Amino acid sequence: MALRRFDLEAGGDSFAFRSETEEKIAFWRGKYPADKQRSAVIPLLWLAQKDNNGWLSEPAMREVANRLEMPYIRVYEVATFYTMFRLQPVGKFHVQLCGTTPCQLRGAESLKDVCTKEIGKAMYVTDDKRLSWEEVECLGACVNAPMVQINDDFFEDLTPESLSAILGRLRHGAEVTPGPQIDRVNSAPEGGTTVLTDASLFDGSRTRVALLPNLPKPPEPTPEAAGLPQAGSPTITKREEPASKDIKS
Amino acid sequence: MLQDKDRIFTNLYGLHSPDLEAAKKRGAWHLTKEMLDLGPDWLCDQIKASGLRGRGGAGFPTGLKWTFMPKEVRERPHYLVVNADESEPGTCKDREIMRHDPHLLIEGCMVASRAMRAHKCYVYIRGEYIAERHALEKAVKEAYEARLIGANNLNGWDFDLYVHHGAGAYICGEETALLESLEGKKGQPRLKPPFPANAGLYGCPTTVNNVESIAVVPTILRRGAQWFSGFGRPNNSGTKLFCISGHVNRPCNVEEEMSITFRELIDTHCGGIRGGWENLKAVIPGGSSVPMVPAGQIMDAYMDFDTLRDLKSGLGTAAVIVMDKQTDLIKAIARLAYFYKHESCGQCTPCREGTGWMWRVMERMVRGEATHDEIDTLLDVTRQVEGHTICALGDAAAWPIQGLIRHFRHEIEERINRYRQPRALVQGAVIAAE
Repeated sequence: MALRRFDLEAGGDSFAFRSETEEKIAFWRGKYPADKQRSAVIPLLWLAQKDNNGWLSEPAMREVANRLEMPYIRVYEVATFYTMFRLQPVGKFHVQLCGTTPCQLRGAESLKDVCTKEIGKAMYVTDDKRLSWEEVECLGACVNAPMVQINDDFFEDLTPESLSAILGRLRHGAEVTPGPQIDRVNSAPEGGTTVLTDASLFDGSRTRVALLPNLPKPPEPTPEAAGLPQAGSPTITKREEPASKDIKS
Repeated sequence: MLQDKDRIFTNLYGLHSPDLEAAKKRGAWHLTKEMLDLGPDWLCDQIKASGLRGRGGAGFPTGLKWTFMPKEVRERPHYLVVNADESEPGTCKDREIMRHDPHLLIEGCMVASRAMRAHKCYVYIRGEYIAERHALEKAVKEAYEARLIGANNLNGWDFDLYVHHGAGAYICGEETALLESLEGKKGQPRLKPPFPANAGLYGCPTTVNNVESIAVVPTILRRGAQWFSGFGRPNNSGTKLFCISGHVNRPCNVEEEMSITFRELIDTHCGGIRGGWENLKAVIPGGSSVPMVPAGQIMDAYMDFDTLRDLKSGLGTAAVIVMDKQTDLIKAIARLAYFYKHESCGQCTPCREGTGWMWRVMERMVRGEATHDEIDTLLDVTRQVEGHTICALGDAAAWPIQGLIRHFRHEIEERINRYRQPRALVQGAVIAAE
């Protein structure tokens, strides 16, 4: 378990969503049944974190609770449970460094050294408020290890040099390109792939099949269709009921 | 080696556009209406016949799982929930499907929903996959606009798909924790029974399937169950996305036939082991939760559920983590122990306390700061955690350590000896486990 507490001092006493976020809030709330609006708590907390410079203050959590008509404690509970909700201020660019075994095997520890050297200890915010970092658990880009996530973007196949260069650019407000930082496309092997080269996969050949295989066999003709009497059906005899108007009182 | 013509995920690397138009050209959304018209029984039977086993780790037959849903829809609606909370260390296959072949997933969701009489589907993506979530949302929007899904769509089965996201909790990959999280609570697993097929999301009948299991469905139906079951050994059929990470020359994701040998997989796609085959030390063949297999046993083993189970490991999610002889195995497993300690939800005491205890002991073992009998104590504790928790996270935390001790006990012992040799006189400075 990760034990996390929130920073009450830095949060101030108020929070308001930005006006352009309202549309997104409506979008998320529209996904859940009207009586299950609580489902939107994680997306809304995430939007609140975005509007609060990358971390969740206590007033922000209360705002989300008010919107969804949830008790505050239920929102606090969610915010402290999920580690993507940061409970203390972070830099403009927050580096999440994956340190789990697949990344560790390919050199995540030397990346940690880079972060410590260039930024400081974990969760420390640099004086210019631009950078901070923390070690996180597997980010799910293991074939592109080692990697970091900076705000919304993955930077993959890093070396201490390339990470250092990225941090330097961020510090000075220069553009950075997410994705693999070496010669490879996404998760294809470095230097190019030898598979998925067959042109017929992409020219529409696969849509030329007109029928599905294994269609169910047409059912056997029923006895009625073959002109035989229906077995087991009762004989219907029509009876005439006496008309009630004939009965005189 | 699997031929290109038999690949399901033809845009795995994102070399082509993920848009609807391009996806249709690659075969997505072809004959979908015809499939849906054939009804739930035919769909379930075909998937059962294909031998598809769940791709999320447990390997439970997908078609069979679908049949657990009630046969009639009563007052509670049915739900399909797709587990895209891909957090198992080593695994990064669903990510490629969502960002590069999202239409296969959306189509699969619709077909699977028809098979379980559901009109609504939620896809739960892990919070960190932000670009992937946007890619999927974009594809969903395209599908709505083309009236492939939605109310009164062209395919004739009313179907709504919603993308939901988490916020960085590994435990939400467990199906009932995922449902809790989707309901806006802490992701703590539920006791079973009741199983989700009876009482799942919002108390309604629900089936939770992995992204890959769902995304392969339309292609299986289009090409026939026999085509799919023709790959791999009996009971392990189909094609599978492998994620090969660690000490290989060129780590990558690749779709391959089940039951391919480890050697062929690595040589064909990853350019061999770093430093050659003699340099291979151990492999974790199915994501961090399965025990490691030493080089000698894995080299020519088939990569499938049954072979790896017989090697006391498992195929899991087919996330192959390769470790060469320069690896400090104890440290690698200690890092996994830390991972489980960090990700335990804290609900069951054996896991909450056990994972932390195991991690602290593992950290001492990395330095050799332990005694020989502590290895047995550690093994004993893993056995006490295993099987005594609501969900499988306790087991998953125990197995990597058990695998390490089973195959590399001598390394731990050597390290203890080395640590103790020059300090024989200050023995007793062992820090007790907290």
